[in-house]
Amino acid sequence: MRKIRYLLMRRFVQIGLLILYFGANAYGWKILQGNLSGSLLFETIPLADPYALVQMLFAGAVLATDILIGGLIIALLYAIVGGRAFCSWVCPINMVTDLANWLRRKLGISKVQKRVYMSRSLRYWMLGLSLLLSLVMGVAAFELISPISMVHRGLVFGMGLGFGAIIVIFLFDLFVHENAWCGHICPLGGFYSILGKISLIRVRHDADACTACMKCVEVCPEKEVLHMVAKRSESVLMGECTNCARCIEVCDDDALNFSLRSLVKKEKENT
Amino acid sequence: MKKESFSNRRKFILTMARGVGLSAMGALVWSAYVGEVKAAPLILRPPGALPEEDFLKTCIKCGLCVEACPYDTLLLAKPGDNNPIGTPFFVPKDIACYMCDDIPCVPICPTGALDTASVQSEVEGEMVWDIMKMDMGVAVVDVQSCIAFWGIQCDACYRACPLMDEAIIIEYDKNERTGKHAFMKPVVISDVCTGCGLCERACVTEKPAIFVLPNEIALGKAGDHYIKGWDKADEARLKDAKGETTTTELSKESALDSLNDMGDLY
Repeated sequence: MRKIRYLLMRRFVQIGLLILYFGANAYGWKILQGNLSGSLLFETIPLADPYALVQMLFAGAVLATDILIGGLIIALLYAIVGGRAFCSWVCPINMVTDLANWLRRKLGISKVQKRVYMSRSLRYWMLGLSLLLSLVMGVAAFELISPISMVHRGLVFGMGLGFGAIIVIFLFDLFVHENAWCGHICPLGGFYSILGKISLIRVRHDADACTACMKCVEVCPEKEVLHMVAKRSESVLMGECTNCARCIEVCDDDALNFSLRSLVKKEKENT
Repeated sequence: MKKESFSNRRKFILTMARGVGLSAMGALVWSAYVGEVKAAPLILRPPGALPEEDFLKTCIKCGLCVEACPYDTLLLAKPGDNNPIGTPFFVPKDIACYMCDDIPCVPICPTGALDTASVQSEVEGEMVWDIMKMDMGVAVVDVQSCIAFWGIQCDACYRACPLMDEAIIIEYDKNERTGKHAFMKPVVISDVCTGCGLCERACVTEKPAIFVLPNEIALGKAGDHYIKGWDKADEARLKDAKGETTTTELSKESALDSLNDMGDLY
C-alpha cells in the first residue's frame, strides 16, 4: 500500500474530477461543470485552461473577464503551488500513458528496442508552433487537435471517434518511444513546465540516505529532472517534473520526499 | 579552444535548424487539418453566437451551454462529426431549440462567444431577455416537396412555429386544378424567423420540406443599388450615400466636345 500511496491519490483525484464533470452533464450536479478547457466551480468560480486562453488571444479573440479570471486562477494555482502537477494529477491522458509505460517496463520493450531519437524539447517547438498557427489561422490551433480535451470532452459529453486518440497515444507510447506523448510531444505539458518552474511544492532528494539503486530514475517519466540523484542533496527544480511522486514511492531508502522549495538560496550545501 | 566554440555554435544552429524543419513539416499537416475543420458552413450555432469566424476564435469548447440547455438540444461536436471539434451546435431534425424565455445557454458562456447583449432588449431602462432577437438561422421551404404547395392541406410547420403568424404565415391561393379548393402555402418571413427549427422537426414529409440553414447560406443581400423608395426606414440607407463617377477612355471628354470638334469631318 505504501508503495502505491501516491498512485492511489493521483487516480482518486483524476477519476474523482472526471466523475464530477460527468455528473454535471449527466445528472445536473452543480459542483464542477464544464470540462478541463473551462469550468464553473459551485456555479460561481470560473476556471479555465490558461494555455487555451493564450492560444485564443493569439488567434485574436476578445475575451470576457470571467474566462480571464478563470485562467488566472488555474495559472496561479500551478505556478505558485503545484508546478506541473496538472499532467500527473488531473490530465486523463496520464492514465493512458502510465498504462503504456508500465506495460513497456513489464514487457522489457525498452531493453530490446533500439531507441528512436526524440528530443525532450520537441514540446516547446510544438508550443511555439501552436501559437504561430493560432495567430495565422485565427483559431486556437492546439485545441482543435488536442487529444487531452478530445478525450476529456468525450468522457463527459460523448466520445465519437475520440477513442482513436486514446489508442494512437497508447500504441505510440507502448511501441515507439517511452513517454513519447507526455514527456516529449505534448505542448500543454511544455506550457505547464514553463509555468510551474517556480512553484513551491518540490521533490527533495537526500543524497546521504541514497543507496544509488536508481529505481527512481528508472520509473521517472522525465528522467532528466533527477540528475542530482546519488550525487547531491537538493530539490528537483526543473519545471518538467510533474510531481507525480513515483520516485518517492519506489525509493526504499527514504531519500526522496515532497518538500517546500527553500526560498533561501542554499540548495547545494551538502555536496 | 576557438575551434571548440565554433563547433558548439554550429551544433546549436543545426539543432535549431532541425527544429525549424520539423516545425515546418508539422505546420503543413496541422494547418491543413485546422483549415479543413474550420470550414463547416452548414453548422447551426446556439442563440446569441458571434459571427462564425469570431465564434471559432472565442469559444473555449467548455460545454457549459450544452449543460445549461434544458432540452438537450445543444451538442458538442465530437471527432467524426465533421464540425469544428468541441464547439456547440444543434440539429433541428433531432431536437430543435425551444426558445426558453430566459435563454439559459447564453449567460453561462464564460468567454462571450455567446453574446448576452445580442439577445437582450432594453425595457424601462433594464436589459431583459428577448427571444425575438435570437437568430440561429432561417427556415427555407422547398416548394417542390412541400405538400401544402401541392394542394394537400397541411399546416404542421405553421402551427409548430413559436412565432405563429409572424415567422411563418399562410398564403392563400386559388387551386386552378380543382377549381374549388385553396392552396394554403407556408411562407417564411426571414427577418422574423429565429431558426429554432421546430418547423423542421414538425414537418410531415419523409425528409423535411422546410429546414433551417445558417443565415449566411440562406439569405441574399440587396445591396446599396436598390432601395425601397416607399419605405422610410429603408430609404435611410441612402443618407450617407456618395455619388461615384467612372471615367473610361470614351467618357473622359464631354459628349458636347465631340460634336463641336468638326475636325474629323473634313
